Amino acid sequence: MVDFVTGLRCRECARPFPAEALHVCDYCFGPLEVAYDYERISAHITRERIAQGPRSIWRYRDLLPVDDETPVDLGAGFTPLVRADRLAAELGLGELWIKDDTANPTGSFKDRVVSVALTKARQLGFKVAACASTGNLANSVAAHAARAGLESVVLIPHDLEAAKVTMTTIYGGTVIAVEGTYDDVNRLCAELTSERPSWAFVNVNVRTYYAEGSKTLAFEIAEQLGWEAPDHVVVPIGSGSQLTKVAKGFRELGTVGLLNEIPEVRISGAQAEGCAPVATAFAEGTDAIRPVKPNTIAKSLAIGNPADGWYALDTIRKSGGSCASVTDAEVVDAIGLLARTEGIFAETAGGVTIATLAKLAASGVIRPDERVVALVTGHGLKTVEAITGAGRGQPTATIAPTLDAFDAAFQIHEESIR
Amino acid sequence: MSLTTVRIPTQLRTLTGGAGSVEVEGATVGEALKQLDAAHPGLADRLFDDDGALRRFVNVFLADEDVRFLDGLATPVTPGQTLSIVPAVAGG
Repeated sequence: MVDFVTGLRCRECARPFPAEALHVCDYCFGPLEVAYDYERISAHITRERIAQGPRSIWRYRDLLPVDDETPVDLGAGFTPLVRADRLAAELGLGELWIKDDTANPTGSFKDRVVSVALTKARQLGFKVAACASTGNLANSVAAHAARAGLESVVLIPHDLEAAKVTMTTIYGGTVIAVEGTYDDVNRLCAELTSERPSWAFVNVNVRTYYAEGSKTLAFEIAEQLGWEAPDHVVVPIGSGSQLTKVAKGFRELGTVGLLNEIPEVRISGAQAEGCAPVATAFAEGTDAIRPVKPNTIAKSLAIGNPADGWYALDTIRKSGGSCASVTDAEVVDAIGLLARTEGIFAETAGGVTIATLAKLAASGVIRPDERVVALVTGHGLKTVEAITGAGRGQPTATIAPTLDAFDAAFQIHEESIR
Repeated sequence: MSLTTVRIPTQLRTLTGGAGSVEVEGATVGEALKQLDAAHPGLADRLFDDDGALRRFVNVFLADEDVRFLDGLATPVTPGQTLSIVPAVAGG
């Protein structure tokens, strides 16, 4: 097992730390970041070597913070990058691609980060996998823990979508529903981490490693575009971690020579209006991100006090991207738009991304001459309530099993679409 | 004046002799945290920036509510309430 990690480093005050289960700086509480020996990676990594690797995130193991011959793996990553011409035509865009992360083993991008986090956690000797989750992470932690033979303890807000709760319970771990918002769950887990130091909370004490898994989105996009970077990427913002790591991923590809230079990729953020602390700060031109009390159907993004919000904002601004928020009605419309133009059924977070893409395209921020990639990070079956709650998702007609009944129903339908 | 319990995260327990909670006095969140520093010197340095505001990645909760939603450091503390110091970097 050889990784290229030199240690951890505080993003705020640059104090160094060993590569252990640490996530915040002892001194200033700033987040820790994995530091790599990029010179050694450059000498080692090649496009050919990657091409020979598994069709999963582990083909990029040299750029991940843990190396293991047998990672905790359900096959996360290497999801389809789909050319979306029909959606592009609707939005007045040119070259548009969808990164379809609904195709991950538990139906969301969280499998990328969890596979990395639990592989590292197992190396560090943890026996229990835990997390604070808005649902997708809960699914993924419970599934990967089962796969690895670890116990799991998952904490979620009490009002999640039914499918996310049911799916989490089936893997046999402990599932605790907390009467409160995700931010309440998160605080509880941050406190629990101090009280239960033998548990690996993937997005608390193992978060430094976990977050690195999101870089694989950038790696895959570049590789799937024939080792070229896109011009513009649209990323949903919950905690803001994914967005900052996608930017880091593109940067690293230039640093280690997989791309000829560090690419200039504009990165735009997508939030739901009912939970838009980053989009609000962007619009107001401030650095201060004011926490909010979330109220949106996009529950997987309902983080009112985003841990990486400030870094996401900084990344967006430096890249020349933008950040916008969209209403719940726009989210539902966008889920339908993506499904009927490209055949991809996204959860509400994907609806937030597509609605924001549409909004930024209409306002000219995202241009028709750009090669654009939109991240669709979770599967629509997880959030069917968003569709049925909007009075949709019903059969066109319910009929008796006769030809006459079919003809009558179909004729009405034909007239309605004519 | 009655005592307020302050819950201390792992990262600061080297300054409290390993204690996970400390009892202090104080009529406001700010006063309670100053008392905490008086009892365990060095804590204020870790919690506050040069302007005396809470550092960006320090969250303080009074009875489970983020004091940023309340009146910040000026928020009154009533007897029996618990203050929690929690690193902001978690989740998502």
